[in-house]
Amino acid sequence: MYRARVIPCLLLSGERLVKTVRFKQPTYVGDPINAVKIFNDREVDELAILDITATPERRDPPFDHLKEIAGECFMPLSYGGGIRSIDHARRLFSLGVEKVLINTAAADDPALLSAIADEYGSQAVIAGVDVKKDWLGRTRVFNRGGTHNTGREPVEYARAMQDAGAGEILLNAVDRDGTMSGYDLDLITQVSRAVSIPLVACGGAGSIDHLAAAIAAGASAVAAGSLFVFTGPRRAVLINYPSAAELRAAVASVTS
Amino acid sequence: MVTIVDYGVGNLASIANMARKAGTDCMISSDPAVIATADRLILPGVGAFDRGMANLEERGLIAVLNERALERKVPVLGLCLGMQLFARSSEEGRRAGLGWIAAANRKFQFDTSGALKVPHMGWNYIEPAQQAALIERLPAEPRFYFVHSYHLQCDDPSDVMCWTTYGYKFASGIHRGNLWGTQFHPEKSHSFGLALLKNFFTQN
Repeated sequence: MYRARVIPCLLLSGERLVKTVRFKQPTYVGDPINAVKIFNDREVDELAILDITATPERRDPPFDHLKEIAGECFMPLSYGGGIRSIDHARRLFSLGVEKVLINTAAADDPALLSAIADEYGSQAVIAGVDVKKDWLGRTRVFNRGGTHNTGREPVEYARAMQDAGAGEILLNAVDRDGTMSGYDLDLITQVSRAVSIPLVACGGAGSIDHLAAAIAAGASAVAAGSLFVFTGPRRAVLINYPSAAELRAAVASVTS
Repeated sequence: MVTIVDYGVGNLASIANMARKAGTDCMISSDPAVIATADRLILPGVGAFDRGMANLEERGLIAVLNERALERKVPVLGLCLGMQLFARSSEEGRRAGLGWIAAANRKFQFDTSGALKVPHMGWNYIEPAQQAALIERLPAEPRFYFVHSYHLQCDDPSDVMCWTTYGYKFASGIHRGNLWGTQFHPEKSHSFGLALLKNFFTQN
């Protein structure tokens, strides 16, 4: 029995953890180390940490802080935000990160993905693909924290990222971010059919049923923010994660 | 004391963190003279087979590893690519492996148009193939984190410590004498990996 991965996706803004809605309105949700310790206790499948202000502020990844965070992670850890060079990736791997997520820099310089994959293997390279509707209602890939329209279509772009050396795609539906209204299932199906590498769906999870629906739509793994940091209709902050038994029962299992 | 072999591949910090959590002293070294005195070794590794062997060779580590593993017979644990290097070869590359175990690495071969993709990336279960110290007293329903496209195929099934099923059943752990290996990453597998590593640190 093999179960799709369920990945809490935490957003860093400076030293703080925040959660956004449609990539805006960051709400403070706590201290990263504290959250990681809770996720250790809950034995989460994997953890993704994205510094959402690094690229907009033209900063490097916060290496010292990440070293402290990675030292507490007894699960696979991916990090994204501000990675622009192979040297950035090297430093991240050596401090204990398993996978680097590259978004804006990969659109500008796809060769960066292959350079990292050649040295560390493609399993260590995730291409971040943020998708939202442009002002004409067309579905397009955005970067720089969802502010810049690349003009490219998600399916073509995801395939280009795979060809450039990415071992995984994190597909984020910006219009669903923080809404807890469910994943963009059509988008997941379209992109997953176009690539052969694992697709991690993100954006919109509000319940365990949503996770199962994304997997049924073609995602190899699912990531969620709000679902694992908020509880109840008033969005009270509570770091949480389903038990192994709950996930096994709810998330569609693949019998191999 | 466990010595983690640094040959330029793999996430050594994660293994050191887990060793610290297990209460074991550890040292990371790429120095043949230091490794020559080690009484317990971890050979980590992620990435390509040929690069792994080339890096061992460039650092002058092959002779000292052979001496430790085959003559002094100190406990050696290979993790992921580290274990794959114990074999004589891999479909991933052209170089010869360390040849410590009669085995070869094969690429996963099954229809990938369905739900199962390659690499096998995520958590999966193990099924014991032998009674082995490393997999004793693990927490209930032990599961481990895997990331790989190639897997070991042993000539002698009695070298297999545990099996995992992904597309089909493959050897996810090996054991022969002082040699141990896991395809999965115990250093990233919570209480399950911690228990397995503690077993390695304490067994003779």
